[in-house]
Amino acid sequence: MVLLALTVVLYAIVAALLMSAWRRHDGTLQMSLTAATREILHLLPRLALGVIGSGFMAKALPQDQIVGWFGAGSGLLGVTLAAMAGALTPGGPVVGFAMGAAALKAGAGLPQVMAFVTGWSLYTLNRMLVWELPFMPPWLVRVRILVSLPFPFITAGLVAAVLSWPGLWVITPK
Amino acid sequence: MLGPFLSAASFRLPVSRTSPRRLFDWTFWLILGLTTLSLWIVWQRDGAGVVSQIFTDDLWLLAEILPKVVAGTLIGELIRRLVPREVIVRWLGAGSGWRGLLIAAFVGFLFPAGPFTVFPLAASLLVAGADRGAAVAFITGWLLIGLNRMLIWELPFFGFDVVALRAIASWWMPVAAGWLARLVPVRLAASSGSSQQASSDRDRI
Repeated sequence: MVLLALTVVLYAIVAALLMSAWRRHDGTLQMSLTAATREILHLLPRLALGVIGSGFMAKALPQDQIVGWFGAGSGLLGVTLAAMAGALTPGGPVVGFAMGAAALKAGAGLPQVMAFVTGWSLYTLNRMLVWELPFMPPWLVRVRILVSLPFPFITAGLVAAVLSWPGLWVITPK
Repeated sequence: MLGPFLSAASFRLPVSRTSPRRLFDWTFWLILGLTTLSLWIVWQRDGAGVVSQIFTDDLWLLAEILPKVVAGTLIGELIRRLVPREVIVRWLGAGSGWRGLLIAAFVGFLFPAGPFTVFPLAASLLVAGADRGAAVAFITGWLLIGLNRMLIWELPFFGFDVVALRAIASWWMPVAAGWLARLVPVRLAASSGSSQQASSDRDRI
């Protein structure tokens, strides 16, 4: 139901944007549609591979090990390891999210997975080296990393707090 | 007087992606390799029935999520062309204090672009008069709660409940990051070579 409402809202936004692009009569509409088609064709194989792949990875991962290292009982150590694993995970969103989803299905705790996703989002080394450092002053990169250090832990703590409250937030398994 | 580094960075602000992306780059092969290995392990251990079960489940999931991915992509491409870059830079450079941080984080949240645009834009923000707090809030907003990424990438893998929970836990962090970035002592922020840039940056706060 929520997902349906979200889809309706998204397509309302799409319709409004299409309308204002069309009103311009300067090719913005055609250019946007061509670019969007190219973009979808580019990301569809990755998304398909990532979603299907994370299903198989989740099943293939050694569950005892995952539960032991990153399970709900792994606590702060699990959160720390997960955040570090996130920083070291190379590649774009498909790699980060596929691995996080696979770990979650294989028995990792949600706070630990959230720490992984947050750590990956904020400091994946690969993106920092390829994109961030070439374009930004190094001191700004240092400041950004420094001030972001607590965030994976705070996210994990908040998520754990919400989940420990019975009935406050129910995750329906996919 | 801004240092040569910042002027150089501002010149490199790309108008659009210049080099075409390859369809099958190394991340694709990495995921394909891991998938093949996992598939083989599951096949050996649990048999073909489990393999085809996982495959059909995930195929359904993909079909379910596809309309949202298409919408997210369309929104991204349309906004990119409808809102000129200068407008975004002006917006981000306009605010100061908490208002500046909130605007920067919000623009980062909405801004549909890849790293090839976001980082040069953040560097040019400093040139356009934004302080480092706004630059950090903008980047962190894009990295942590970027709407386009959450719709296109995170939702298919985690589902609405998990994505919404993470967003609820993280929405304030870009503003906090910007605020903390203003507090970091300039000595710590700048190496000896770039202290002049850092102090001129501080003058703007």
